[in-house]
Amino acid sequence: MNALWDDALPGFWSAWIIVLTLTTLGLVVWIVVANDGRAPGASQDAPADTGADGIEEYDHPLPRWWFYLFVATVVFALAYLLLYPGLGNFRGLLGWTQEAQWEEEMARADERFGPIFARYQDVPIPELARDEAAMQIAGRIFANNCAMCHGAGAQGGDGFPDLTDDDWLYGGDPEALVTSIAQGRRGVMPAWAQLGDETLEALTQYVLALAGRDHETDLAARGGEHFARFCVACHGADGTGNQMLGAPNLTNDIWLYRAPGQRVAEAIHQTLAEGRRGHMPPQAPFIGEQRVHLVAAYVYSLRLRSPGEAPSVE
Amino acid sequence: MSNLPAYNYTVVRQFALMTVVWGIVGMSVGLWLAAQLVWPELNLGLPWTSFGRLRPLHTNLVIFAFGGSALFATSYYVVQRTCQTRLYSDRLAAFTFWGWQAVIVAALVSLPLGHTTTKEYAELEWPISILLAVVWISYAIVFLMTLKRRATSHIYVANWFYAAFILTVAVLHIVNNAALPVTPMYSISLYAGAVDAMVQWWYGHNAVGFFLTAGFLGMMYYFVPKQAERPIYSYRLSIVHFWALIMIYMWAGPHHLHYTALPSWAQSLGMVMSIILLLPSWGGMINGIMTLSGAWHKLRTDPILRFLVTALTFYGMATFEGPMMAIKTVNAFSHYTDWTIGHVHSGALGWVAMITIGSLYHMIPRLYGRTRMHSTALVSLHFWLATVGTVLYITAMWVNGVVQGLMWRAINADGTLTYRFVDAVEASHPGYVVRLLGGALFLAGMLVMAYNVYRTLERQKTPERAIEPAGGRHEA
Repeated sequence: MNALWDDALPGFWSAWIIVLTLTTLGLVVWIVVANDGRAPGASQDAPADTGADGIEEYDHPLPRWWFYLFVATVVFALAYLLLYPGLGNFRGLLGWTQEAQWEEEMARADERFGPIFARYQDVPIPELARDEAAMQIAGRIFANNCAMCHGAGAQGGDGFPDLTDDDWLYGGDPEALVTSIAQGRRGVMPAWAQLGDETLEALTQYVLALAGRDHETDLAARGGEHFARFCVACHGADGTGNQMLGAPNLTNDIWLYRAPGQRVAEAIHQTLAEGRRGHMPPQAPFIGEQRVHLVAAYVYSLRLRSPGEAPSVE
Repeated sequence: MSNLPAYNYTVVRQFALMTVVWGIVGMSVGLWLAAQLVWPELNLGLPWTSFGRLRPLHTNLVIFAFGGSALFATSYYVVQRTCQTRLYSDRLAAFTFWGWQAVIVAALVSLPLGHTTTKEYAELEWPISILLAVVWISYAIVFLMTLKRRATSHIYVANWFYAAFILTVAVLHIVNNAALPVTPMYSISLYAGAVDAMVQWWYGHNAVGFFLTAGFLGMMYYFVPKQAERPIYSYRLSIVHFWALIMIYMWAGPHHLHYTALPSWAQSLGMVMSIILLLPSWGGMINGIMTLSGAWHKLRTDPILRFLVTALTFYGMATFEGPMMAIKTVNAFSHYTDWTIGHVHSGALGWVAMITIGSLYHMIPRLYGRTRMHSTALVSLHFWLATVGTVLYITAMWVNGVVQGLMWRAINADGTLTYRFVDAVEASHPGYVVRLLGGALFLAGMLVMAYNVYRTLERQKTPERAIEPAGGRHEA
């Protein structure tokens, strides 16, 4: 490795690329140049019969502007290949790489925008949540990075938690929010199809009962017995869940997984039969700790608004 | 010349008529997709009619069913007439027709069902892909053997382009579709990662370069001088731009993968070759348009010639736009926006479809022993529907592309993005409405064409005529 030559490709293939590129360019230039000018003896006024279905052909010379424009593109190509990577392992005289260009642009952006986020780093989240200017910025970060799953109004959807209610899978205090956003979460509800449909139906009725919904009493009673054996470990004896595990509270009639138009009983049954995989991707690698802090404050601020009021995202 | 065998027009007629049929079907699917982008409910909430499954159906139908049938029809017609010989093997030619239709019907069924290799313009799963390869090799045999049997000393330039297109597409298709079959309708590509992407776009861009360009240039080189009744402008320009075109197109694929995991050297080569490609492309446009010198007045009265010349103009525009979009800094802005869709359709509607339509209007009456279409006024109406439709389509997509590119880049004072993705979608809505209108006009033109073709054929039936004999009989 040196300033001019990379070692990404084996020497043979690097040479192959260089030879093939230059040969192709050379041949094309030769074809054009060799056919430039007037053909000896050819007349522009008397077309020749091609013998092809009565079609005749003139033999006009290549248009001048066309010829020079062609030469110009080849000169550009050769100059570009001298300056930028293109000819196999040759790095180009400028030493440009797309990775370095990206890193430079990011460094410039950090330098320019970093201070804006840095000044909020040490403000406690409950306090930051009341800072209108900070929440404007945080709302934009939310809109760019979070809204595609949680919705522009943060009200979630099928499989994506509503962030405006008081139901928290992993906790809604500042520390838990930062952890959820920065490191992501993986929620796993195992599939219980092996228990058989009858058992799943009983469990479904019991879960409906826990949530205070209409249910069949007998089935629910049997479901309760199964619940005590299979479900309490995560969801707790009273079904209120466990934030250490991300096990949802089953008593508040909030259903994370429910397709549009699906009945609640069907959704519960499907969850029991097929299990669920929840995945909140870690955001720190993309937006950095400082922006995570701001977004956590934004999510925290949602509870300070009156119910149904859309957070301002401009 | 009188002792030459009669041409095989049966297969030409079959392909010519199916070009019109598949044009209407393929563009109807396109129109439905355009309508889905205006009213998403039109996906009907069904997997089979969702955008993701209909989009490859649209591209396969318009490129391979419509464009492919047009290329088969015209190449079989042109090679016979310019070589003064009958097509090699009627049975093999018939097989290419029925085999090609079978591939299209298989696409029509398998793509909505969700069977796809996920490679753009090469979505057909391995059994269909193998059938396609067999049909294509048969096509190559029929075409090349006919060339070999020619009664003329010279191989006319249109045939060089057709031959290059047929041979190259065979290589492209076979290499890119190399896969390991897993189940009857599922396979895994033999290539992995960035190599797979590069092979795919080597295929993809040459599908544009050879299928949609070289093949249709073959069409242009026959039908423009025939319809204009003028000599080709320059023999040497045709040689120069033919060789330059086929040598340079091969390198342009990486411009589809700018700023990706593809190594920088490949991106650079793709870019510089794409820029050089401007001139070989324009060589064809110049030769076509300059062929009209001395016959410009015919444009006033001949809507078929208008189709051909407008096609060349759009070809010139699209092949200028392409190299510009291949420049990395431009591409960083235009890539992934609707500009790309606009660019593709200025080629697909403006160039490919218009040159096809013009050629069919020239060829269909002659295939059925007539000198012209049932109604020239309807050809003229079709011309205006197609032209206005294309212009509306591509301008709407240009505007959308620029709007999207600007909105995606806009940032606030704090470095956050000014717009959410959905904001750019919302801003694109008016453009989608205009595009739908443009597409509807273009499709309406195809329906006018179908009616005109039907009436032309119907009239032919009354006085039954013998099969068209050889060589230049209809030409004055």
